[in-house]
Amino acid sequence: MSQTTHHEPLIRVAARENASTALRVGVRVAAIFLALVVNALFIYFVTGLNPFQVYITMFGGTFGTKMRFFWAMRDLASLLLIGIALAPAFKMRFWNIGAEGQVLAGALATAAVMVYGGSVLPAPVLYTVMLVAAVAAGALWGFVPAWFKAHFNTNETLFTLMMNYVAIQIVACFVNIWRGQASGLGKLNMKTKAGWFPQIFGYRFTINLVVVVALVFLMFWYLKYSKQGYEIAVVGASENTARYAGINVGKVIIRTMIISGALCGLTGFLIVGGRDQTISTGTAGGNGFTAIIVAWLAKFNTFTMALISFLLIFLEKGAAEIASAYNLNDYASDIIAGIILFFILGSEFFVRYRLILRGSHNKEVR
Amino acid sequence: MENAIELRHISKSFGSTKANVDISMDVRSGEILSLLGENGSGKTTLMNMLSGIYYPDEGEILIGGKPVEIRNPKDAMALGIGMVHQHFKLIDVFTAVENIALMLDKHEKYDLNAIRKKAHEICERYHFEINLDQKVYEMSVSQKQTLEIIKVLYRGADILILDEPTAVLTPQETDKLFAVIRNMREDGKSIIIITHKLHEVLTVSDRVAILRKGEYVGTVETAVATESSLTEMMVGKKVELNIDRPEPHDRHLRLSVHNLSVVNDEGVKVLDGMTFDVFSGEILGIAGISGNGQKELLEAIAGLQPTQPQSSVVYYPDNDRDSTAEQLIGKTPLDIRNMGVHLSFVPEDRLGMGLVGTMGMVDNMMLKTYTEGHSPVADRKGPRHLAEQIKEELDVVTPSISTPVSRLSGGNVQKVLVGREFASDPSVLMAAYAVRGLDINTSYTIYHLLNEQKEKGTAIIYVGEDLDVLIDLCDRILVLCDGKNNGIVDARKTTKEEVGLLMTQLQEERSDNQ
Repeated sequence: MSQTTHHEPLIRVAARENASTALRVGVRVAAIFLALVVNALFIYFVTGLNPFQVYITMFGGTFGTKMRFFWAMRDLASLLLIGIALAPAFKMRFWNIGAEGQVLAGALATAAVMVYGGSVLPAPVLYTVMLVAAVAAGALWGFVPAWFKAHFNTNETLFTLMMNYVAIQIVACFVNIWRGQASGLGKLNMKTKAGWFPQIFGYRFTINLVVVVALVFLMFWYLKYSKQGYEIAVVGASENTARYAGINVGKVIIRTMIISGALCGLTGFLIVGGRDQTISTGTAGGNGFTAIIVAWLAKFNTFTMALISFLLIFLEKGAAEIASAYNLNDYASDIIAGIILFFILGSEFFVRYRLILRGSHNKEVR
Repeated sequence: MENAIELRHISKSFGSTKANVDISMDVRSGEILSLLGENGSGKTTLMNMLSGIYYPDEGEILIGGKPVEIRNPKDAMALGIGMVHQHFKLIDVFTAVENIALMLDKHEKYDLNAIRKKAHEICERYHFEINLDQKVYEMSVSQKQTLEIIKVLYRGADILILDEPTAVLTPQETDKLFAVIRNMREDGKSIIIITHKLHEVLTVSDRVAILRKGEYVGTVETAVATESSLTEMMVGKKVELNIDRPEPHDRHLRLSVHNLSVVNDEGVKVLDGMTFDVFSGEILGIAGISGNGQKELLEAIAGLQPTQPQSSVVYYPDNDRDSTAEQLIGKTPLDIRNMGVHLSFVPEDRLGMGLVGTMGMVDNMMLKTYTEGHSPVADRKGPRHLAEQIKEELDVVTPSISTPVSRLSGGNVQKVLVGREFASDPSVLMAAYAVRGLDINTSYTIYHLLNEQKEKGTAIIYVGEDLDVLIDLCDRILVLCDGKNNGIVDARKTTKEEVGLLMTQLQEERSDNQ
C-alpha cells in the first residue's frame, strides 16, 4: 500500500477561458522575443556569428529585394492554395492526407494538355482545356477515397496517402515518356511557350497571386455562411447529429472531397502554368503535407491560414538565406528557423491554459 | 458520534465556473448521508475530490480527524475511500472475480481462488446476491452495480460514495440496494449517496446534506425533513410539486406502429414485433429498464434506424383515416420532413445527436431548417430570433447565444434542445429522458410544456425513467421489456409496483408459470 505524501502537486494546469486580446498578443510577442533570445545564444555559442547580423540576413531572405519578396509570395501562394483546398475536408474531419497526389494529378493533366495540345489548340481553348482537365483530375483523386469512405467506411487517411504514391508513379512514368532521350524534361513547349501564363507586372505567377487572394475570401464565405459549409461543420462535429438533421452524410463527404480535390487540381494547374512550366514528381514539393499544418493551426480560418503560410515561408526563405550567406550547412539554419516555430506554436499552450504553482492558489487571477 | 470525514473550506473552480465554494461539512462514521442538490450544484465535483479525481483549489480534508492529501484514486483507496461511479468501470468479457482481481496491487499475488473466497465472504456478510463466476456481459445493470460495490469493499473501503446509484434500477432493485446499504451501515461503514430523488433520500438516509449552486446550504436529520422542506433548501424557494394532467380531448389516431422489429449491428433483436397506437392529444409514456429498446424505438419512427421487413409505422395527418395515411418506414428524416410531417424528436444523446456541441445556440437552431429557401446562403436571422426567444422563455443560462452549447450545463443544453423541438409546431413529439439532469424548476417547466403541446393536439411519446413522474404525467404507459411491448396500462389507475413488475418480467413467461 502506498504511503500518502502530504504535498500538493508542484504545478497544476487549468484551462483558461476567454483569454483577453491583450493576453493573446502579449503571450505571442513574448514567445517571439524568447525565441530570438534562445536563438541568439545558439548562434553565438555554436556558430560564433553575430546574432543581430544573422537576424538581418534572415529578414532579407524574404524582404531583401523586390524579386525575393515576389518569389516568397509565389511560394506562399502554392502553400496557401493547398491549405484552402484542404480546409473543407478537415473541417468535415475527413483526413485528406492526399493533397500531394491531388496536386500532382492536376499538374499532370495540365502538362499533358500542354504537350499534346500545345501546338494544336488556339490559346484561349488551350488554357480552358488545361484548367478543366486539371480540376477534373484533382477532383477524381479526391472523389475515389470519398466514395469508398461513403459506401464502405474505408479509412480515408490510408486511402488518400496511398493515392499520393499512385500519382507520383504515374507522373514519373509520363516524365520519362516526354523527356525521351534527354537527361531531364526541361520546360515544356520551350519554343512556343504554349500554355505558359502571360507575364503580368513582370511575373508569370501574377495570376496565381490573384487566384489565391480571391479564394481566401471565397472559401471563408463558403465555410462560414453557405448552407453547404454548415453541412460540412455538422458532419465534422457528429455524423449522428447530421443524420438526425436529415443530412445525407455520404453525399456531403463525396461533394466536399470533390471540392477539396478540385482545388488541389487547380493548384497543380497554377503551379505548372504559372510557376514551373514543367512537371516532376516534386512539383507539389511537400506542400501537400505542410498545408495540413497550415489548415489545422488556423482552425480553417482562411485569413489566419494566410498569416501562418507567410510565417512558414518567411522562416524557410530566411533559413536558406542564412545558410548561403554564412556558408553554414542547412541543419544549422534549419535549427534557427525551427526554434522560432517551436516558440510560436508552444505559445498556443499558454494562451489556452494557465499554470498554478504550489501555494499560489489563494491569489488566483482570472 | 465520531466523524469519518471532515471537509474544511473546500473550493474548486473550472475556469471561471465555481463548482464548489467554501464547503465545510462532516460525514459521521456509520451513517448514511444523502448528498442532495440539483444538477450543477457541485455534488459530483465535491465527491471527486474525496476520491482523488480532482484536487481542491483551497481547503483541507480530514479523514478520521487527520488532515490528508488525496492526489489520486490510489491515495483515496489507501485512506479507505471508494467511489462507485454512474458509469461502471468493468471489463465485459471478464467474470466478476477477474474484475475484482484487476484491483490488486502489483505486489499482491494473483490467486483467483483466494480472491473468490474473500469476495464470497463480503457477499455473505452484506447479503449481496451475485454469481462471482458470471461474465459481466451476462449481468443485469443491477448486478453490475453490485459488483462495483463489492470491488470497493474488497479493497477495504470504510467510506463508500455512490453516485446516483438508483438511476438505472427498477423499484424492486432499488429496495434491494437500500437493504444492502443498511447492512453496511450496521457494519460501521459510512455511505454517501449522491442523488436528486427526494423520496429515496427520505427512505434510506440518516442525514441529508444539501448543496446549492456550489455552496453548502446545510445538513438536516432525515427524521425531521419532508419533500417540500428539502426542495426548498435545494432550490432556495418554495416549489409546487404537482404535475397537471389535463384530460385528452379530440383524440384520434396519429401513429399506428405495427410489428416493428430492429436488429442491431451485433445481430441481436433489440425491438421485437412492437405493435401499438399513438393518439393525438395524449401523452403515451414508455417505461422500461434502460437499454430495452427505447432508443431504437424512437429512432426507428424518426427514420434513423434500419428496420426488419414487415415493420410498419403509419402516420395519419388528421381524423380522416386512410386516404392521407403515410408509411414512415423506409423513409429518411429528410423524406419525412418533405412529406410535411412535423416530427419532433428530443433524443437521449443530446450533444451526440440532438445538438452540435461546438456550435452556439443560433447554429443549433437551424439544424433542421437550414435547407429552407433557395439561396445558397444559410439564413441565420430566423434562428437567431428563435435562439433569443428560447433563451428568454426557458431561462437558458449562457454567456451569449453564440457560445458553444457544450460549454453550458446539462440542464441548459437540454433547454436548448427541447426549446428547438417544441418550437417547430410538431404533430408528433418524441422525447427521451427529457428531464434527465434538469433541476426541479426546469423539470416542471418541461412537464408544463409537454402538457401545452398535448392540449394543442400533438401526439406525444415520452420515454421516462422516473416512474412517479410517468404515472403522474402520462395518459397511458407502454412498458418495454426485452424489446417487446409488455403491456399498456392506464396511467390513472396503475401503480408503481405494477409497472415495475412489467419492466422485469415478460408477460408470456408469467402466464407460463401460472
